[in-house]
Amino acid sequence: MSTEWYIVLSSLLFAVGATGILTRRSPIVILLCLELMLNAGNLALVAFSRMLGNQDGQIFAIVVMVVAACEVVIGLGLIVAIYRRRLPLDVDELRELRG
Amino acid sequence: MEETLFFAAALGALGGAIGVVAQRNPFYGVLALIVHLFSLAVLFLLLSSAFVAAAQVVVYAGAVMVLYVFVVAYVGGDEESAFDPIPGQRLLTPLLGAALFVELSIAVLGSSLLALGGDGPEVAAGFGDPAAIGKLLLERFLLAFEAASILLLLAAVGAVVLAGKRAEVGSGPSGRHSPGVPAGPDPTSAERTPGGTAGSSPGHSAPQARPGEVPAVPPAGGSA
Repeated sequence: MSTEWYIVLSSLLFAVGATGILTRRSPIVILLCLELMLNAGNLALVAFSRMLGNQDGQIFAIVVMVVAACEVVIGLGLIVAIYRRRLPLDVDELRELRG
Repeated sequence: MEETLFFAAALGALGGAIGVVAQRNPFYGVLALIVHLFSLAVLFLLLSSAFVAAAQVVVYAGAVMVLYVFVVAYVGGDEESAFDPIPGQRLLTPLLGAALFVELSIAVLGSSLLALGGDGPEVAAGFGDPAAIGKLLLERFLLAFEAASILLLLAAVGAVVLAGKRAEVGSGPSGRHSPGVPAGPDPTSAERTPGGTAGSSPGHSAPQARPGEVPAVPPAGGSA
């Protein structure tokens, strides 16, 4: 398969993830859509790494995975903290930033 | 054969992504994301990067998704309401997503990358396997490797601080030490408790009902 297909698929997945972030209001689903966008970036990195015959892009993809894991841990911790304080899990109602 | 696998995996990835966006229930969204991640692992294998594919399956589809499932089960997967705070939001955002896709495709495919149409060069048999990736990580990208490890450590500590039991007791930093630590609120006890949790918890025989709380509190108190 030529690299074009992977890149087009990657941008399609990124657009789907961005649509989800703009549409949904539950913080958990917004984190899931963030994962979609990061994985689209990973796919593009690995495809370019194959295109150049150079493995550096795969290291970048692994670092992106680490950053995504950290983001998930912090985000889910925030969601648990929000839930413990009996606040609504809805980003439209959480916009006032008061504890 | 390669085309068949690519299109099957691409359909799986796209279907999983649309499932994440379109499912009302977050639990089904998590399951759709697992389908998406497995399809992406197949694509990574097609791109002859075996280690990234394995890490994708083990780290993402294994560990991170289990974390998601736990939090969805803890919070309770409420379906979100169909109320639109911005009128026409659900109609406008797919248009915006389509515009973003067209723009990205034009930006990448319209660029003058000559190798973009080809399959890429022939690679040796060891391309992207764990030995090659590990050699790169520990030699050329050692700084990034160490920075990633520090970042993971900070994220773990931050998650303990954020999701600890601090919010429920709620009466300040000294109030939550009082049931477990009988030594009083002087600063020596606050310094002693983070190091001595394993040694001091058998010493308290009275609070048998809350041994789960006692190790959870001192990291939050020590780093806050």
